[in-house]
Amino acid sequence: MSTFVLLTITGLGLGAMYFLVASGLSLIYGLMGVLNFAHGAFITVGAYAAWWMSGHIGGGAGTQLVVGGAFGIVAGAALAAGVEVVFIQPLYRRPIEQVLVTVGLALALGALVQGIWGNDARPFPVPSWMIDTTSVLGANIPNDRFVVIAVAGFVLIGLTAFLRYTRFGLIIRAGVENRAMVTALGIDVRLAFTLVFALGGALAALAGVLSGVYFGSIDPSRGTALLIFAFIVVVIGGFGSIGGSAVAAITVGLVQQYANYYASAGTGDLAVVLLLAAVLLIRPAGLAPKVAH
Amino acid sequence: MSNAVALSVTDLHTYLGESHILQGITFAVPEGGVTALLGRNGVGKTTTLRAMLGLVPRSRGVVSLAGADVTRLPTHAIIRRGVGYVPEDRDVFAGLTVTESLRLAERDREPRYDLVYELFPELHTRGAQRAGTLSGGQQQMVAIARALLNDNSVLLVDEPTKGLSPLLVTEVANALERVAALTTVLLVEQNLGVVQRLARQVVVLDTGRVVYEGDAAELLGDGARVRQLLGVHGATH
Repeated sequence: MSTFVLLTITGLGLGAMYFLVASGLSLIYGLMGVLNFAHGAFITVGAYAAWWMSGHIGGGAGTQLVVGGAFGIVAGAALAAGVEVVFIQPLYRRPIEQVLVTVGLALALGALVQGIWGNDARPFPVPSWMIDTTSVLGANIPNDRFVVIAVAGFVLIGLTAFLRYTRFGLIIRAGVENRAMVTALGIDVRLAFTLVFALGGALAALAGVLSGVYFGSIDPSRGTALLIFAFIVVVIGGFGSIGGSAVAAITVGLVQQYANYYASAGTGDLAVVLLLAAVLLIRPAGLAPKVAH
Repeated sequence: MSNAVALSVTDLHTYLGESHILQGITFAVPEGGVTALLGRNGVGKTTTLRAMLGLVPRSRGVVSLAGADVTRLPTHAIIRRGVGYVPEDRDVFAGLTVTESLRLAERDREPRYDLVYELFPELHTRGAQRAGTLSGGQQQMVAIARALLNDNSVLLVDEPTKGLSPLLVTEVANALERVAALTTVLLVEQNLGVVQRLARQVVVLDTGRVVYEGDAAELLGDGARVRQLLGVHGATH
């Protein structure tokens, strides 16, 4: 029983990180039709920005994590907004070129991080209370799992409230369904595009920071590793759906953990791919598709 | 009736893929009342409206709003100059409630909810219902209401009675008649009964060109001409 609980909470933690990455990806594709392969770079840059800042301020690990994390999130948002304005806007309605430019950016930014800080993993500032464990039904769970899950839960609630109760949220929800009709109501969706990219970048950077907490370190390949599963989550959840992404992220995280333990180590990734194939066969548009344009 | 021109297009050309859909459309919409844009299926009526708004690319031509060239403006900027658009297939946002749909369409400081709810009281009572779950007629009300909410100088209305029951056709026609007293309407419509009731002017398209522009009553009163231009008998409703 304790093993099952440990696997479940660890899987939820992993799913929480997938959700943070996938929600931004999903909104970006849903609203703009852009498959953003540079999203992994936002994760990596956010994590490294947080780590860099934490090394330049005093205080304990908790202060360093909070201040560094905030800096990392701002860096991720700024980078994403810059990418949208400089690279994506000129390529609006040219999807092949958009894919090429985002793939190029992913490679270039990854190489830049490697060039500056090297390939070695860097230890991330994690307060000792997060490393400590809490006993749940006989399982000793590291507290950082609860932190990651709680943060993702707050993000889900905040994102849902933002989409439901603000005018920007209304524009994004409508734009995900039918972008052309939103412009035909006299609304300049370009601003919403930049905002969604910045939001996606901030969430990706937050995922990068939390991955540092979860794994205790960061490395240049972190973004790519999370991005692959986030893409799977987006496809399973349905492009443009935050709720679908949340359900899919939890499912993927849990399936990965259970398969790795109950089948054999390393089969988790295979199980996720099989899950993806099954969903595509049964519901090709994902669990909760929103895209209509 | 004013002689001023509310809206005009000059030598408008549009390609969709390899197809030359609009082949030099030129016509003017006088200020006030309803001008109907008629033609057989597939002659380019909807494309004309969409090209005027920049929703499909224009390869050549000029679109003017009250004498001002708006050809180079993006869609949202044309709309903000006082144009309301009711698209052919309603294009309501399925996931938004009726209230949210109207809130999204607000541009003016004082949106005309009084007018909207007076014309379509059902929208008031169904405010919390998602637009995707409404009937076709109710969705059409939302689509028209979005355009009426702001004090637009021109409304482009694309086949508002398409697929509606006769009762709803009458209701929509009543609403448009009321709207036409307030603003200029360019109406694409297949139902000649509705056209006969509402339109003062007609523009007839055939294979991407204007083949008739003139008085509505004059054209609709000439059965042979109607058959020749539209391939149908005169008004039946």
